[in-house]
Amino acid sequence: MALRNMVQALNWALRQEMARDERVVVFGEDVARQGGVFRVTEGLLEQFGSKRVFDTPVSEAGIIGISTGLALAGMRPVCEIQFSGFMFNAFHQLGLMAARYRSRSRGLYSVPMVVRAPWGGGVRALELHNESEEAVYAQMPGVKVVIPSRPRRARALLVASIRDPDPVVFLEPKRVYRSLREEVPDEEEVFPIGKAEIVRSGRNLTLITYGAFLQECLQAAELAERDFGVTIEVIDLLTIVPMDTRTIVESVKKTGRCVIVHEAPRSCGIAAEIIARINEQCLLYLHAPIARVTGYDIPYPFFAREHAYLPTIPRILDAIRRTLEF
Amino acid sequence: MPRQPLVQFQVDYLQILDENGRVDAALEPSLPQATLLQIHRCMTLARLLDRRMHILQQQGRMGTFPSCYGQEAAGLGCVLALRPDDWLVPAYRETSALFYRGLPMKNVLLFWMGLEEGNYWSPQLRVLSIPILIGSQTLHAVGIALACQIRGSDEVTMVFFGDGATSEGDFHEACNLAGVYQAPVVFVCINNQYAISVPRCLQSHSETLAQKAIAYGFPGIVVDGNDVLACYVAAQEAVQRARRGQGPTLIECLTYRLGPHTTADDPRRYRSEQERLQWEAKDPLKRWRIYLEQRGLWSESQQLELERELLAEIDAAVRQAEYDLAHADPLEMFDFVYAELPPDLAAQRREAAEHVAQTDTVSASARR
Repeated sequence: MALRNMVQALNWALRQEMARDERVVVFGEDVARQGGVFRVTEGLLEQFGSKRVFDTPVSEAGIIGISTGLALAGMRPVCEIQFSGFMFNAFHQLGLMAARYRSRSRGLYSVPMVVRAPWGGGVRALELHNESEEAVYAQMPGVKVVIPSRPRRARALLVASIRDPDPVVFLEPKRVYRSLREEVPDEEEVFPIGKAEIVRSGRNLTLITYGAFLQECLQAAELAERDFGVTIEVIDLLTIVPMDTRTIVESVKKTGRCVIVHEAPRSCGIAAEIIARINEQCLLYLHAPIARVTGYDIPYPFFAREHAYLPTIPRILDAIRRTLEF
Repeated sequence: MPRQPLVQFQVDYLQILDENGRVDAALEPSLPQATLLQIHRCMTLARLLDRRMHILQQQGRMGTFPSCYGQEAAGLGCVLALRPDDWLVPAYRETSALFYRGLPMKNVLLFWMGLEEGNYWSPQLRVLSIPILIGSQTLHAVGIALACQIRGSDEVTMVFFGDGATSEGDFHEACNLAGVYQAPVVFVCINNQYAISVPRCLQSHSETLAQKAIAYGFPGIVVDGNDVLACYVAAQEAVQRARRGQGPTLIECLTYRLGPHTTADDPRRYRSEQERLQWEAKDPLKRWRIYLEQRGLWSESQQLELERELLAEIDAAVRQAEYDLAHADPLEMFDFVYAELPPDLAAQRREAAEHVAQTDTVSASARR
């Protein structure tokens, strides 16, 4: 076991899968010679050569389009979009084409590709480098959406994504790329797509989140236990699509209270979908309305104001308190 | 029915003021003395501000920003050909051109300090907001040009983008649409040889980027982008053509980003110091100063005086910008999403107000 950050863990997963399966190819803007702007693909060019690791022109639709073609022809492409906000440039390729090949060819063709992208805000980055647009992919049936929160699961989920038979959008919370270290076992690990994880168990309230905000949620849970004398169950969603409804519902049945935290805008966001599922499956177990702590329904602000936009521990605690006191 | 050449094309290269400051008298445009000095002032200011912004960034007083070091001539040279009522659609390294156009320094500072207010300036400048998404602005420029065409005015739109942008679909759709509608637009590609780490030769297999215009049915020309005069002359031709209703032109300005892509980049990972030094010898400011000195318009003492003056202006602008940053209301982020604040967003604004009141102001967070 060694302590690793998420960048190292992801790099490890890529190396391992490239060594294991020669169909895996890695490409994108600045991924080869530069090793990626966040260095996730560092050293891959040297180890696997320029046929399997290559730089592309500035061409997001091109990247996802050729990735689709590579996958259709039996390769296992793992492409990178430099910042997830740039994915909007490739939406027709992702949402209208890659997502639909299996369905529209009745299984004759499929697109086993992974689109990796640094995602989310909180790093004082420039405009359009902070987007949290996962709900948009959730409206692209045929695409799976994975968002790890910590190094160990990030590695195991990337391995699962590369081996998955369908297109996976793999969003990496750049705020915790290097700020968080975790023990990652030496042996191979695969964590199944579609499975959430209870990372802290409790009886009085279910706190659901994903991505970088898992850290704030864990801290808020600890503070809530100290200040309010309750125990909080924290669920790390890990996969957005297909969502692990069962884990959520079982927890809410037990606690009767729920707060959901994400940095994406509120309306029609992932929290709204979780609330709908809880309403459908365990409404009568609820003791209080479900609270959401999210970004607001505004364009992600330039970085001088991002602190006022993103959820904070006080905002999460406030929502926990209101839900408990209802 | 023999096989025979059907279409042939040609792309010219234009240089007027070479890297040693020698000028081709036959091609030299006649610009008023005041303009020649103004060019010098704007390029020098852009360079000095760039250096200051690097220091501010290292001190945590500025965000990540893309330096324009080495590229001060190209945008400015092209913009010289515009009338004040023509539209300017910049990319994000056209600082010197923006200054020539009259954009306040404070705007540039605020933009890279992370405030949308940086993009707010007089509408009379006819300068579109600084874009971040590569190549996206090329289509907006064609739309603006079409608006001028539809209204029957003779205004021209000039749009800037980099070598990397020519790989984006938006650029190709912009060129095609501009060609089809014969829109009065001038496309200016500032080819600084790198899109972050990816060199020009891996961006496109075309011998020139200018020749991409040919495919869309309009002319393209390559100019020495470190030569203000060549940029100006090529832009003047293109602007006149557009104004006469003869459609778009693509100008490729060959230059070099002497600094990193942004303050977050380390160019030593992907290019040699030797290459950088070769381009440093072609510095646009050096040759411009020689040009002015040869005309008896400039001296060492004037240079020192100008730099003193500009540094004082920079100090003042930084003070103003930091004052604005410290007094910016975080809640203003709600106020420009729509023309009118919808009721549910107003409720979110009130919710945010409670939390902001508990915490801090923009500047306190910026200092974190």
